[in-house]
Amino acid sequence: MRHPQAEGSDDIQALIALMARLPGLGPRSARRIVLHLIRRRGDQMAQIAALMEKVAQNSRECLCCGNITDRDLCAICTDPNRATGEICVVEDVADLWALERGGAFRGRYHVLGGTLSALDEIGPEDLGIPRLLDRIAGEAVSEVILALNATVDGQTTAHYIADALEGQSVTVTGLAQGVPIGGELDYLDDGTISAALRARRRL
Amino acid sequence: MTLSRLSLAQFRSWRRLDLSLDARPVAIFGPNGSGKTNILEAVSMLAPGRGLRGAPAPEQARQGLDAGWRIRARADGRAVETGALPGQPRIVLLDDKPVPQTALARLLRVIWLVPAMDRLWTDTPEGRRRFLDRITLSLMPDHADLSLAYDKAMRERNRLLRDQIGDPGWYRALESQMAEAGGAITRNRLKALAAIMAHQQGGDFPAARLVLMPGEGFADDSDPASIAARLASMRGRDLAAGRTLTGPHRADLGASWGPQDMPAALSSTGEQKALLLSLILANARALADQPVLLLLDEVAAHLDADRRAALYDLICALPAQSLLSGTGAELFEAMGSRARRLAVHREDGASVATEETE
Repeated sequence: MRHPQAEGSDDIQALIALMARLPGLGPRSARRIVLHLIRRRGDQMAQIAALMEKVAQNSRECLCCGNITDRDLCAICTDPNRATGEICVVEDVADLWALERGGAFRGRYHVLGGTLSALDEIGPEDLGIPRLLDRIAGEAVSEVILALNATVDGQTTAHYIADALEGQSVTVTGLAQGVPIGGELDYLDDGTISAALRARRRL
Repeated sequence: MTLSRLSLAQFRSWRRLDLSLDARPVAIFGPNGSGKTNILEAVSMLAPGRGLRGAPAPEQARQGLDAGWRIRARADGRAVETGALPGQPRIVLLDDKPVPQTALARLLRVIWLVPAMDRLWTDTPEGRRRFLDRITLSLMPDHADLSLAYDKAMRERNRLLRDQIGDPGWYRALESQMAEAGGAITRNRLKALAAIMAHQQGGDFPAARLVLMPGEGFADDSDPASIAARLASMRGRDLAAGRTLTGPHRADLGASWGPQDMPAALSSTGEQKALLLSLILANARALADQPVLLLLDEVAAHLDADRRAALYDLICALPAQSLLSGTGAELFEAMGSRARRLAVHREDGASVATEETE
């Protein structure tokens, strides 16, 4: 591949091409970022490079819940204060982080890494659902919260897990659907408004 | 005003077209292939989906230019823009902001009748089901999301059936979603049929008795619990067939009319057309409080002069905005000054429109 000579060495071009493949970036923003990093190569770029290498070497999935960690078990799974008997099931780590940012949940998690989909050939084993069921039996769990997306695949997965837990002494719950905090009714779609109305509560 | 402006750029045979519209119907006439239907098709793109020709976006661009196409409209006070660049899917902008296509369903109700629907009553159930679902969607915008959810869950279930997967929990998870969405789909369809029957007026365009036909698929069942139970009990047969044999996706629309309760499929070609028009007009009336666009392509075909005149009276009485097409100006004579008249012809390979005033 040939590039205009003004755009730097082959290594720099390769770096831009790699950056451009990252989520949220394109060729233009990748060029901007690389140029910025090169200008700050002494401090920022060196720091980022060192950390990238370290994170690449040390990151792995928590053996218990699937969260990203640098040890066998993540900080949440080893914190005795979080053994509340509640397990929150999420699709991926980004969802776990979103719930942690909210700070309202004090129990432990289980990351599925996707949703059931026959069309994409993702079955219960691929999602570690048998492992989840073992955990529930072994960890004195009293409530399983299914924090899955309100899509067909997400809800199929929720139904599947709830179905598998039927007859066991755990409460299975799902997240509420309705008006977001600070939301204006006028801007909500019909489906959300109907869901909110169905889930109305006494004040 | 439902639609006050319409501009086409590089859409099918039109290099450019700019129309200001008012409440009057627009009668579009010109020879075959002059580009009349393309105007109606452009308006139909202000609804979600593939428009009245069911065409993919690349096919709608002007031939030989490779520049894509664009439609702009002022609809119900909002700026609507839709179009597609070469090799890209159709996009929709509402007040300059990108929105999903389904947002259009909440803005406008676009209803159409095209010559391809003339054989609706004698064709396969699939065509009638699509027709029924278009009517239902116009009355109940949530019908689109329900249909998508049902289809997705059914495709997942069909895949399990084809792969001979035996996990009953997985089936139950999908079937409970099919039952929820399916029950709501059937309730919507039944409500839509009741609304259409209540808004037919009879006369030259006979009022039809409409029924949701269960077929062999129990497609008229609206109870989620019994749909789920049936899907569960049918798993063995479905596994053998490799697909889902029962449910609302097997529904058919039945229509009959007159004192002898004559089935639509056994009526004359003209009667069948009159029956379709009766339903389309009833659909527009049932939406009286909403912005409705009615597109009638080659509507005069199969209708005698008296019926044509009666149709125009009904159209002018509708609370909807209408666009009609036909080959000759004389077909619209009975409209008189109640309609605007747009003559269309081809010039240097592109369509050109001139408004006729008398």
